[in-house]
Amino acid sequence: MNLEIITPDKSVFTGEVSLVQLPGIDGSFEILNNHAPLISVLKKGKIKIRDDKGQEQFFEVNGGVIEVLKNKVLILAE
Amino acid sequence: MPNLKEVRTRIESVKSTQQITSAMKLVAASKLRKAQRAILQLRPYAQKLQEFLQGMSTDLDQTDEAVYAKEREIKKILIVVVTSNRGLCGAFNANVIKQAVALIHTTYRDAHERGDVSLYCIGKKGAEYFNKHQYPVAKENLALFDDLNYENALTIAEELMQDFAEKKYDRIDIIYNQFKNAAVQVLLTEQFLPILPPEDDGSGLQVDYIFEPNKEQIIEELVPKSLKIQFFKVVLDSFASEHGARMTAMHMATDNASELLKELKLSYNKARQTSITNEILEIVSGAEALKN
Repeated sequence: MNLEIITPDKSVFTGEVSLVQLPGIDGSFEILNNHAPLISVLKKGKIKIRDDKGQEQFFEVNGGVIEVLKNKVLILAE
Repeated sequence: MPNLKEVRTRIESVKSTQQITSAMKLVAASKLRKAQRAILQLRPYAQKLQEFLQGMSTDLDQTDEAVYAKEREIKKILIVVVTSNRGLCGAFNANVIKQAVALIHTTYRDAHERGDVSLYCIGKKGAEYFNKHQYPVAKENLALFDDLNYENALTIAEELMQDFAEKKYDRIDIIYNQFKNAAVQVLLTEQFLPILPPEDDGSGLQVDYIFEPNKEQIIEELVPKSLKIQFFKVVLDSFASEHGARMTAMHMATDNASELLKELKLSYNKARQTSITNEILEIVSGAEALKN
């Protein structure tokens, strides 16, 4: 699935990933391929992503919003 | 006929002015590039946030954040005037000021006469003008453009939101220049608070989203965030416009200086020619006189 993380200042990440782990406001959750449409709010924490090759990357966020639609994940981070 | 020395000093002074204006143009151009990148980067973010909010706005009334959306009787009005800290950027600041003055004296005339209109000046140029002409400047922020980042803009946005929530003001408008491209700025007056109801074009969010944890909580998070982003966008827009306007103004000034130089050179050469002709005339007539 395609992931895009943008902040007010810049675009932090764009690319294909197989897993996203997010700090949801009520606890951490994961998004895999073919997830149902979702809108949720994030709190301060770490976003973990795993790309096609299985490599993991981490991003710190101060909260944000996430939208999942048709295998496109958009994170408006802060 | 102007005398030679006079013209020469004028040519020198125009030349050095031209050097300054062309240097300022280059500086503005490089600053513009940076500012432009920032605003273009923010726009998709702001737009997406707006879309989320509009899709969910039907439920907006039921939440705590409804205070930002509720229209109440308009008594106290705050106008946020976004200008630049520095001049030499053409009509950039003058336009904003003119618009603000027009707004005060037409739309908000009654409120102004009651003394219920206040101004919040961001940028030195606006603050100077309104203080000098004794408009009711409630607050001013001159430091924002010296160090423009999200955190600094956030403080002001939060201040505005708090004032509105505490009913210090019933309506907050922002006047600023929106950045179109380097040569074009669009002067805009936008209502910041209360939030305008979305234009219902029937599109909305047609997908059946899962809301996690629930719709209300998301709206509560989104509304203040979207307002802050909106404000940040205004400031960035104005910043990019300022540099765009300055670049255009300096470009014109440089062009005008070259035009002026051309004219001056012409009259310099004419004066030189005349003086040579005079000299020759004197010598020739002197020689003629000796011959006889």
